[in-house]
Amino acid sequence: MDDIITMAERPREFICIVCPVGCPLKVDGDGDNIVVTGNACPRGDAYGRQEFLRPTRVVTSSVSVLGADSPLVSVKTKGDIDKARIPAALAEIRALTVRAPVGIGQIIAPDLAGTGVPLVATSAAARV
Amino acid sequence: MTGVRVTDVAIIGAGPAGLAAAITAADNGANVLLLERDSHPGGILRQCIHNGFGLHYFGEELTGPEYAARFADEAAKRAGRVTLMTDTMALSLSGDRTITAVNPHDGPLTIKPGAVVLAMGCRERTRGALGIPGTRPAGVYTAGAAQRLVNLDGYLPGRRAVILGSGDIGLIMARRLTWEGAKVLMVCELMNYSSGLNRNISQCLRDYGIPLHFNTTVSRVHGAERVEAVTIVSVDDKRQAIPGSERLVECDTLLLSVGLLPENELTRMAGIELDPATGGAVVDERRQTSLPGVFACGNVLQVHDLADHVSREAETAGRYAARFAAAGSLPAPALRVRAEGFTRYVVPQRISAKPEGLIDLYYRVSDAVKPARLVVKSSDGGTILSRRKQAMTPGEMERASIDSAKLSGDTVVLTEAI
Ligand SMILES: Cc1cc2nc3c(=O)[nH]c(=O)nc-3n(C[C@H](O)[C@H](O)[C@H](O)COP(=O)(O)OP(=O)(O)OC[C@H]3O[C@@H](n4cnc5c(N)ncnc54)[C@H](O)[C@@H]3O)c2cc1C
Ligand code: SF4
Repeated sequence: MDDIITMAERPREFICIVCPVGCPLKVDGDGDNIVVTGNACPRGDAYGRQEFLRPTRVVTSSVSVLGADSPLVSVKTKGDIDKARIPAALAEIRALTVRAPVGIGQIIAPDLAGTGVPLVATSAAARV
Repeated sequence: MTGVRVTDVAIIGAGPAGLAAAITAADNGANVLLLERDSHPGGILRQCIHNGFGLHYFGEELTGPEYAARFADEAAKRAGRVTLMTDTMALSLSGDRTITAVNPHDGPLTIKPGAVVLAMGCRERTRGALGIPGTRPAGVYTAGAAQRLVNLDGYLPGRRAVILGSGDIGLIMARRLTWEGAKVLMVCELMNYSSGLNRNISQCLRDYGIPLHFNTTVSRVHGAERVEAVTIVSVDDKRQAIPGSERLVECDTLLLSVGLLPENELTRMAGIELDPATGGAVVDERRQTSLPGVFACGNVLQVHDLADHVSREAETAGRYAARFAAAGSLPAPALRVRAEGFTRYVVPQRISAKPEGLIDLYYRVSDAVKPARLVVKSSDGGTILSRRKQAMTPGEMERASIDSAKLSGDTVVLTEAI
């Protein structure tokens, strides 16, 4: 429960990362009445809304692999997960070990840290 | 002594540049020998496990290993034409395009190709190149070396880190170390801007509350066996340390992310003309260097920030290398391309006597310009292209496409503040 942030506590200032201009965005209001200011174009408006309402990220890391020619295979979440779930996701990833062979795209964990998003391999490991 | 190997196209380096050049050269009818000193193809992307690759090229976000694997798979599908030799280091390149190489399996090799593609990538600037005084304890790494340790070997280089330089690799490593449980205390940047992408500053530093100090550098490293602290200092606008601004920061690791240097020993050996602004070869729009039949692409030619651009550039080099191998020559460079105003460099630096279709000019600015105007014109005055951009920063490579039919003399690429 500790990772639920109320609207009032959420950050309201962002740098738009959609293009190199990097407009400083400010988000006012709540719920259905959100106003983004500081954006020089509509793409910044969409980015500001998403970042305020539900910031999400793809997490990439690696897990130990047994019986392979390398110690690790790299992994990613197959889609965005809530930013607040990143620590739980990383903790689960750290505890995982897989066995070679591993192929790119192979599902390593079907539902990572209760996010509903699978963790998949992004590199291959051949059995030795 | 092994015999001499003959091939249409020899490519040195099997990173994304070498792989894409090999695929395109093969598709244009060439037999290709691809030399890679590592045990796997993929180059530096094997250790870049974060995502953000391929948005331009494939229209989806991939991690580095996935991006590299797509090209390695395509090269493997052309096994009849593309021969990949791993664990094979190219040692020399001569003016007649002869390559010597060595691997544990065949010993020394002599390769006589119809055309050569240089795709050796770049390496990182080290502490030696920076000249930071102090002791020489363990715990000082380039960001790329640390990336390799964490992502390929599975070691955490330290627990409390300071990162010098806000280039993309340093930013990515700040987040990676944080995710692996280390504390990243700060990123120090000598300049008053970051050469890293905004998205990386936002997603790698701001997300984790890691401070980015501009106009700041590391002036001394402390510690006997292991790094115990670094001294950081503010600098003025001439990049001189401001006396009295020193501060001691306790840490066990210093990562350096202070720039990449194209790896051009072989290029130099062959007597190929280099551009001091890029650190890579001078090339024409086909990526042919001053030595006919030798082409260059990827980070060995210019430090790219996106692998997608590397792939596109390599396809150009691969296509014309195959054509050179078949025809024995290509039109020689005739026109110069000059950088003016805030433009720091332009690739290609030359345009051949017979250019075809659209030519993509890649350039970088020397300083942040906001707002900016780009003007491409002939040296006799005729404007070929003029456009306004809200902002240009040294961290982002810019591109302008011009119609080769409009070229009349030397071409000037001018960036100015407006
Ligand atoms: C540490 C680091 C991190 C990066 N992170 C990103 C990123 O996050 N996103 C992004 O888009 N770009 C990133 N880049 C830029 C990235 O390098 C390019 O996008 C791309 O990898 C360049 O491809 P390349 O083929 O030119 O070079 P490389 O990938 O460096 O490949 C060069 C290959 O040549 C081989 N080689 C060199 N010399 C010889 C020789 N004499 N004989 C045989 N083989 C040789 C090397 O072993 C290597 O495999 C990063 C670069 C570095 C250095
Ligand atoms: S708001 Fe528009 S112009 Fe400003 S940074 Fe975002 S995308 Fe670029």
